[in-house]
Amino acid sequence: MRYLGLMPAVLACALGGAMAPAVWAQDAPQISESTADHSKFEALQKDFASGPEVTEACLSCHTEAATQVKHSVHWTWEFDNPTTGQTLGKSHVLNSFCGNVASNEARCTSCHVGYGWDDMDQPPPAQDAAVDCLVCHDTSGQYTKLATGAGHPPMAAKGKTITGADAWVVDLKEAAQSVGAPGRENCGGCHFYGGGGDNVKHGDLSSALYHPTVDVDVHMAEDGANFTCSSCHHSDKHVFAGSRYDVHATDPEGTGQPGMVRQDVATCESCHGDTPHDMLTVQGVKLNDHTDRVACQTCHIPSFARGGVATKTRWDWSTAGKMDEHGHPMHLSEYTQGNGKELHTYLATKGDFEYGEDVVPHYAWFNGQVEYTTADMTIDPTGIVEVNKIAGSSEDGRSRIWPFKRMEGRQAYDAGLNHLVYSNVWGPTTDTAFWTNFDWGKAIEAGMKAAGAEYSGEYGFVDTYMYWPITHMVAPSEDAVACEECHSSDGRLANLAGFYMPGSQPFSIGGILGILVFVAMAGGVLLHTTLRIIARGGKGGTTHD
Amino acid sequence: MTDATHAPNIDNVVETCPDCNEREVLIYPKFERLWHWSQAASIMILMFTGLGMNGFHSLISFELAVRLHTLVALALLLLWVFATFWLFTTGTYKVFLPRVVGLFKVARFYAYGVFKGEHHPYQKSLTQRLNPLQALAYSALKTVIFPLVWGSGLVYLTYNFWETLPNAPFLLEVVANVHLAVAWFVAGFVILHIYLLTIGHSFREGVRPMIRGTETVALTPEQEAYLERHETWRLVK
Repeated sequence: MRYLGLMPAVLACALGGAMAPAVWAQDAPQISESTADHSKFEALQKDFASGPEVTEACLSCHTEAATQVKHSVHWTWEFDNPTTGQTLGKSHVLNSFCGNVASNEARCTSCHVGYGWDDMDQPPPAQDAAVDCLVCHDTSGQYTKLATGAGHPPMAAKGKTITGADAWVVDLKEAAQSVGAPGRENCGGCHFYGGGGDNVKHGDLSSALYHPTVDVDVHMAEDGANFTCSSCHHSDKHVFAGSRYDVHATDPEGTGQPGMVRQDVATCESCHGDTPHDMLTVQGVKLNDHTDRVACQTCHIPSFARGGVATKTRWDWSTAGKMDEHGHPMHLSEYTQGNGKELHTYLATKGDFEYGEDVVPHYAWFNGQVEYTTADMTIDPTGIVEVNKIAGSSEDGRSRIWPFKRMEGRQAYDAGLNHLVYSNVWGPTTDTAFWTNFDWGKAIEAGMKAAGAEYSGEYGFVDTYMYWPITHMVAPSEDAVACEECHSSDGRLANLAGFYMPGSQPFSIGGILGILVFVAMAGGVLLHTTLRIIARGGKGGTTHD
Repeated sequence: MTDATHAPNIDNVVETCPDCNEREVLIYPKFERLWHWSQAASIMILMFTGLGMNGFHSLISFELAVRLHTLVALALLLLWVFATFWLFTTGTYKVFLPRVVGLFKVARFYAYGVFKGEHHPYQKSLTQRLNPLQALAYSALKTVIFPLVWGSGLVYLTYNFWETLPNAPFLLEVVANVHLAVAWFVAGFVILHIYLLTIGHSFREGVRPMIRGTETVALTPEQEAYLERHETWRLVK
């Protein structure tokens, strides 16, 4: 049997000279991986005038696709947290970035996986053709969505796209004929630009992941594992594994059967297992001892916002609205990120920003539960309000230490009711939108009205924290966080409690007692030496006479 | 003749041995010397890596420190298994049995006599090379201090086997504190141990027996005659 493996090579040598190269598979025309070439489909041989027209064509074969999509959080923007009972999702929650969707629909719903959702009071459009197939399945690279078009693609070279580029006329026919499995460009078009710009929101999801080097992301680097997003975020009936609202923070199940790869969850363990380090070495055994208490990400993502794209680390809305001497909205660009791009540090529309690159995460015990401070919850404006609270402790038996981006914000709140508020920031033709009229009173009132929330009429600004679990941009193993980064008296985990970490407390009771005994013994020796020298006139107490 | 015959009141015998002759005799067999120096090197490495892990220096990484500390400690424990076996099968363990006779004299020497230029009151013999104070110190080290270090170390190392116990984090802290405290004591002992070599003829002469294996001891005429006749290889001159 074992000679068989050599046969193709031997044959190739023997016949190579005589036979035409085209005979060999590698020189033959590429055989498509897919069994369908969409450019040959009759339904797609036409000039489409709109996105929904393309979707209709898609659904003429993929009859159940729209129904599947409509059962996903990508469509509903709504998530009922089974643990906390909160109704979350983009259509409901507040954040410390642009705040909220309600009253800002056409801008925010530009990234909805559909067309024409322009009122958060209503569910997304009911007709099946309102699902946007292309945003996920276009592989032509030239399909995009207009930044302010409620999900529609630009049909004229006017305005901006969702990534902030100048819009172009999208060729829907080319896009429709190109469809395939989602690539990183599809997911990235929205997810890399959350919060209104490249890497603004997450910190670990940026355009640097389109073509990352191995040291930025071992999984996505083209010369690394060359993963797409869906290599880990496995989907079933258009529903994807992975949630920020109900996080799979620990996965003791690991790969399941030995050698098996579990595809129903997007955890590290589902491929790597929960004893991924070499069990035959001391450090491997010790590192495996960590996996029940420390998330993989904590060591293997030493910092986020790597690869030259900064993330917004602070957003102070309270300073927004400044005009220059000509009465024009002020703006400053005083931050240059790693890839050379200048970033706004002040905008009259948005206030002051701070950025970070290669940011060391904030660490916290995390059991996967996230409780959001929704607009009906009372806050304490004298302290720092947590827009979302990370649940977990060292004692609950299921928490692990996780890395987070801790976003610092200063945002509007209802000073009468002590609630966080919805605000209307976008609306070029309204007289309430803050970005148009720079009037917080009107903007908040309109936002609260659109969200159907009670508003006292008084507003103020409150400092906030918002936590974003860090799980992308896994570094090569040699760049993992070194042990002493945590195992030291002022290490990365110094703010965490409830456990004893070796090496972090050299001056604990035992340490101090030991040092005292040591000093006493060494001091005794010194004293003895001194006395010998004095008594023996420098002869050191030897018995020689 | 073994080098570890049980000899009660050996002090008195030696001190009242007017006909004894001082000879340089092989006292420490090769295994004992190997044991001593391996142990010395191990303890140095353990102290160096332990200090590193606790942030007293950053000459090596925490990871390397843990690796060395663990492997060297395990190797030392294995050596101790062999040494203990050797001590009991050869009977050499009797050298370390604490004894009271002569203890006060030695203690008085270190506390007073040494400053007066007195001779060390203890005369090493063929069967008992340790003075009563040494025997007491080593027996305490072997039965209390070392077991506390390696015991706490093993419990510390195997945390993941008992982490499900109630209060495991607190217990770990206790174990770690015991380990730290006793480790410092061992470090103090090392200082003391080395210092005591400077009392006597010279530091070099103090170290030499543990290198060559020979030591000047008092031999009774019978012992000398026996060695001259049957174990001449143990006599240097």
